[in-house]
Amino acid sequence: MTHAIKVDRLLKVYRRFSRRRRFATLKSALLSGNLLSDLRPHETFSALQDVSLDVAEGRTVGVIGANGSGKSTLLRLIAGITKPTAGTVWVKGRISALIELGAGFHPEISGRENVFINGIMLGLSKQEIARKFDEIVAFAELEDFIEAPVKTYSSGMYMRLGFAVAINVDPDVLLIDEVLAVGDQNFTRKCLDKLAEFRRRGKTILLVTHALGLVERLCDEAVWLDDGRVRATGDPKRVIDAYLVDVEEGEEKQIANADAKVRESTEITAGSGDDPPPDMFQATEGRWGSREIEIVKVTLVGDDHQPTHVFPSGSRMAIHVRARAREPVSDFVFGVGLFNVEGVCCYGTNTEVEDLTSDHMVGEGEIIFTVDSLDLVAGTYKLDVAVHKRDGYPYDYHRLLYTFRVKSRTNDVGIFRPRHRWKFPTNIRFTGPLK
Amino acid sequence: MLQNLGRLLRHRSLIQSLVARELKARYRGSVLGFFWSFINPLLLLLVYWFVFSIVLPGIRPVDIQPYALFMFCGLLPWTWFSSSVLEASNVLITGGNLIKKVLFPAEVLPFVTVFANMVHFILGLPIIGGALLYFAIPIRPLELLWLPVVVLVQLFFTLGLALIVSSLTVHFRDLKDILGNLMTFWFFATPIIYPMSLAPPVGKALLDLNPFTHLAISYQEILFYDGPFGHWKWLLALGGASIALFLVGYFLFDRLRDSFAEEV
Repeated sequence: MTHAIKVDRLLKVYRRFSRRRRFATLKSALLSGNLLSDLRPHETFSALQDVSLDVAEGRTVGVIGANGSGKSTLLRLIAGITKPTAGTVWVKGRISALIELGAGFHPEISGRENVFINGIMLGLSKQEIARKFDEIVAFAELEDFIEAPVKTYSSGMYMRLGFAVAINVDPDVLLIDEVLAVGDQNFTRKCLDKLAEFRRRGKTILLVTHALGLVERLCDEAVWLDDGRVRATGDPKRVIDAYLVDVEEGEEKQIANADAKVRESTEITAGSGDDPPPDMFQATEGRWGSREIEIVKVTLVGDDHQPTHVFPSGSRMAIHVRARAREPVSDFVFGVGLFNVEGVCCYGTNTEVEDLTSDHMVGEGEIIFTVDSLDLVAGTYKLDVAVHKRDGYPYDYHRLLYTFRVKSRTNDVGIFRPRHRWKFPTNIRFTGPLK
Repeated sequence: MLQNLGRLLRHRSLIQSLVARELKARYRGSVLGFFWSFINPLLLLLVYWFVFSIVLPGIRPVDIQPYALFMFCGLLPWTWFSSSVLEASNVLITGGNLIKKVLFPAEVLPFVTVFANMVHFILGLPIIGGALLYFAIPIRPLELLWLPVVVLVQLFFTLGLALIVSSLTVHFRDLKDILGNLMTFWFFATPIIYPMSLAPPVGKALLDLNPFTHLAISYQEILFYDGPFGHWKWLLALGGASIALFLVGYFLFDRLRDSFAEEV
């Protein structure tokens, strides 16, 4: 097995913006050829740390990771556009980097002239470009506009031409940075076909993208970058799953923090015992009520009996409501309401509509409202939790104070996902699940 | 560094097509198009002719006739030089997209600037030629052989300065603004719109320190003044210095090269 890309213990340090130290760095650049040697640690920022990566010839590798995790930096280092602070990069053969399409286009001159100049920039000779010219134009679907100045192009046309030139350089190693989403469906499909052709011809592709489905479908291998380090490499499915779990954990924290912040601010502004807003259905986040019965704490619990804010669609969700009555109370109704982000009530119920007549409550206890199967489509939802008198007089009303997210890998639409099945006669066949 | 210099030769066709693009793009959309290459220096000449023939006719020495042609011999190369340096100061920043997004040899950009302006200069030469014939100024063919030498010296001098200015501006954007004024000062400190003979001894000594003085005088002696080209010693010395400046500029550029993608 021969390697196409070898990256060894790569370190890339960027300077944080700081003008004061400019002279020192310039001097060190001239004396030692290094812009960073004179800088103190807090003035620098490591975009990549200790990244090693071997890509065998003919493999397609997907690089995934959150924004700012160093994916594009890695690609630029491999392309040779920037130099590593430490470590080595070695690439076999001609590279073409699709980092920004049409980066070298000059708006004033025609598409034809730009194709030639762009091609020369990418390392082709005039004859090579002349030979491929028709193919390039046909691929970009710009036959009618190729003589017009590029400034008259729509952004889609611009990108298409850029892609068509870059892909026709016939590289041995193709680096792609999130540029496949440039055209309409038809063009994207053409790009993917072109990539498939590259793979068949045994070229090496390194693909940076947020489209995880693409990585799973297209790549032999995935690399997950997190905060400038390689978190995982290997089988795309496995790496993507690990990445998604991590993303969920991050989201979980994010929602919990945001929720806590909203609740804190309602505590301060609304205080206790506030009046309800004039229009109940217009109300935004808030809390009001007389607090004869107080809702002390609301926790959402998932399948694994752990508190969480992220639920897979169809899993179990339990709402744990901790309530306290200082004095004995006999007239009370507990209710729960579920809203999507547009404010549409997806479901609402309370003990009264379910024919439970209140009798007696004193002290503190935990009410558990369990949804056995959370049959909602993916999205963010908010919860109302309330306790009030039968006539509506609020004891403690928590309006949209609890957020949870439903996850799904199916892109179905709407709000409610009924349990469903497809059944087909034998003369209608599918090739199996699209991986 | 020498390796990189060698690589520059391989970028010939890239430089060539970028210069062509630059020239095409510059006048695209204007009515007169490429003729602006001729009209621009003529208009500039008109300005100075207006000053020295209409407003202040007393200043110029009587023995230099026609004065406009004398000025033009220095003005044309000066425009090449000053436009190149001024444009070079900005070229890496406006071309930032290329440096950041494409694997692109950055030094090509200041080269393209200098060469594109050189094309304008060369296109202006026939105007001088025509005027020389019109005014029946005697031309010695042997003297004309020196012309390519002067151009070459100026080319290296301009390239060296363009490389220095372009790479330093990336780090010190202030340079761009200083440079505009500096070039104006430099222009008046060069015997272009006045003859060297008009300067007092002290001024002459100072003017001699200005490298462009010797380029301007060389152009004037070769094209305008009759008699053998007597300034060649200065010119050859300047030629040596220009090559040194070019190498220094290239060294500086090469040293700062890696910082461009991060700084522009």
